[in-house]
Amino acid sequence: MLEIRGLKKAFDGHEILKGVDLELDKGDVLAVLGPSGGGKTTLLRCLNFLEKADGGTMTFLGQEMDMPTLSRKEIAAYRRHTAFVFQSFNLFSNKTALQNVTEGLIVARKMPKSEAEKRALAALERVGLADKRDAYPSQLSGGQQQRVAIARAVAGEPDVIFFDEPTSALDPELIGGVLDVIRDLAEDGMTMIVVTHEVHFARNVSTRVLFMEDGRVLAAEQTAAFFEEQKNERIQSFLRSLDRKDD
Amino acid sequence: MSERVLDILISSFPRILGQGLLVTIPLTVISFALALVIAVLCAMVQIADVKGLKQIVRFYIWLIRGTPLLVQLYLVYFGLPDLGIALPAFPCAVAVFALNEGAYCAETVRAAIESVPKGQMEAGYCVGLSYIQIMRRIILPQAFRTAFPPLSNSLISMVKDTSLAANITVTEMFMTTQRVAGRTYEHLALYAEVALIYLLFCTVITWLQRLGEKKLNAMNGGNVIRA
Repeated sequence: MLEIRGLKKAFDGHEILKGVDLELDKGDVLAVLGPSGGGKTTLLRCLNFLEKADGGTMTFLGQEMDMPTLSRKEIAAYRRHTAFVFQSFNLFSNKTALQNVTEGLIVARKMPKSEAEKRALAALERVGLADKRDAYPSQLSGGQQQRVAIARAVAGEPDVIFFDEPTSALDPELIGGVLDVIRDLAEDGMTMIVVTHEVHFARNVSTRVLFMEDGRVLAAEQTAAFFEEQKNERIQSFLRSLDRKDD
Repeated sequence: MSERVLDILISSFPRILGQGLLVTIPLTVISFALALVIAVLCAMVQIADVKGLKQIVRFYIWLIRGTPLLVQLYLVYFGLPDLGIALPAFPCAVAVFALNEGAYCAETVRAAIESVPKGQMEAGYCVGLSYIQIMRRIILPQAFRTAFPPLSNSLISMVKDTSLAANITVTEMFMTTQRVAGRTYEHLALYAEVALIYLLFCTVITWLQRLGEKKLNAMNGGNVIRA
């Protein structure tokens, strides 16, 4: 469904992505792991054109696109099929939880207000926050904000959702609730790419793992194979170091 | 206080206040409304980085902020007629006050827009909104909350600065006071009186500002927390 070939991105001459390939089938949950500064977030941002790639082709739903030269219109059309969940939530702070979800439906997708609200309420219900529909972001905890952000992502019925370290900005006791919501989505067959440091989550929920370091893909494997039969010493030591942190 | 002074104060009060309500306030309100339009346009040109226009806006702000308001009034009212452009005093004052305040407020509005986190724009793009839609529906409302106190400040300044219009023959509140004082020689009492009326006007604006802030806060769900 989504295929990336040779994705390159540099900031001020400093190469962050040095030719990344990636493949995603419908229903896949791809966990992107790796040390900080390895290019995971930049990869995800390039996938939704929040950063313009310097090189690379994308094939999405059978359509091939040259990533650096995509027009604003083509990007907008592509984004109708995707959704993005940010590390820092980025809920619209002047809108209520419900309005955060309906905004894109009503303004961008021209959906009638009543239908948009119905769909938004269902999405809020799904993340367990229907009772917070009229709360503003500043009245919600970080975990609740992130769940509203996920409702906002889901409500557009995207073909794929990108998660950029969705729990990294949360207090430890709030992480579980957000991961549960993402797990539910996975069980419903939602296609997702999740950049994360939560190895246990990756192990239990993802179908594939992409391991990135220094702008390159070190491994792209089925989740079971990645964790059980890992031969790469660098990855082994990375996973061991995380295990120690968990203890 | 002698009875004569008291009489002069009482008889001049409705006249001075009336001139305040009829000239000072309209002059302020019209000029400030225009200044806000100028400010938002200038801020948007700078934020959106419109080539060419941006340089013009920077030049305008540099020019206005670097020259005294009184000199600007003289230039336009007494100077421009030399070029065949002669405006009546009131429109002339409106133009100068609007252009002057517009330059200052442009910087206030620009700073307020820039203070809205970049993530708001990105989230807008990701749910499919266009740049204009995000600006109008997400960024500007938040920026307005931030800009509101400094803009109220500017408005308060402007109420008092309109007294400078007396220099170009606009018979606003201050010039009216000058005339009564010139006739009666009760300078202390009359200038104190007009000072109190300015104070009254500014007190009302301060009170409106508080009301406005409360309302804007309620529209953002209490204190604005920036994630």
